[in-house]
Amino acid sequence: MSSFIKSTKEANQIVIIETDGYLNNEGGEAISAICYEKIKGGQHKFLINMAGTKVVNSIGVSILIEIIEKLQEVDGKIGYYNLAPIVAKTFNIMGLTKYSTVFATEEEAVGAL
Amino acid sequence: MKKPSVELKLPILPNMELIATQTAEVIARHMNLTDDQSGEISMALIEACINAFEHSKTDSNVFIHFLIEEDSLVMKVIDQGIGFDKTKVEIPKIENKIGKEERKRGWGLQLIQELMDSVEFESNSDGTTVTMKKNIKH
Repeated sequence: MSSFIKSTKEANQIVIIETDGYLNNEGGEAISAICYEKIKGGQHKFLINMAGTKVVNSIGVSILIEIIEKLQEVDGKIGYYNLAPIVAKTFNIMGLTKYSTVFATEEEAVGAL
Repeated sequence: MKKPSVELKLPILPNMELIATQTAEVIARHMNLTDDQSGEISMALIEACINAFEHSKTDSNVFIHFLIEEDSLVMKVIDQGIGFDKTKVEIPKIENKIGKEERKRGWGLQLIQELMDSVEFESNSDGTTVTMKKNIKH
């Protein structure tokens, strides 16, 4: 598993992926590899805990757009929590918040997704 | 008195943009910028560096100049690549990317323009200079 992925766990049939470090193309691909494998296994809800990711680039975030697209095919959902303000702003500018949800906490995210 | 400046020379190697952001963070602290301002400067810098690395189509180094002014921070990202025509760069919209064949990337210029107070592009066949300015509200 990539060092960018700090942990994965499941709660309420939601796959929760905790990241650590720079969300660049490699980080994005590490997330997508887990999501696509889990989608094949029948899971359709994902949360990304980004507490450890203070820096992103648009290439890494673009891979999240690819995951959103893939999830639309299976009526799935993805959300994020513990975002640094600049990460949340970047998601907003790129429009991710139109197709996925930013939550404040894991508790809120697990309850709402 | 000459305004303080910092200059970096970055080779085109993976993740070298993070050297630029680390420098920007030090400068932001020196200028007493807020965390939000610092984050916006770093994000814009990352995108400008990635554009220079990916699109300049050269092995030459990328130069970054930070110009510390009383009421603003000016950052110049300079490459010696083939240049580009900004008028041919489409404004990306996620609606045009989701569920479509269009590639998901191509957000760099949009992010830079949203995050900075002013952005200027000078580009020709000898290279591109992106000049980004953040006004400082103390």
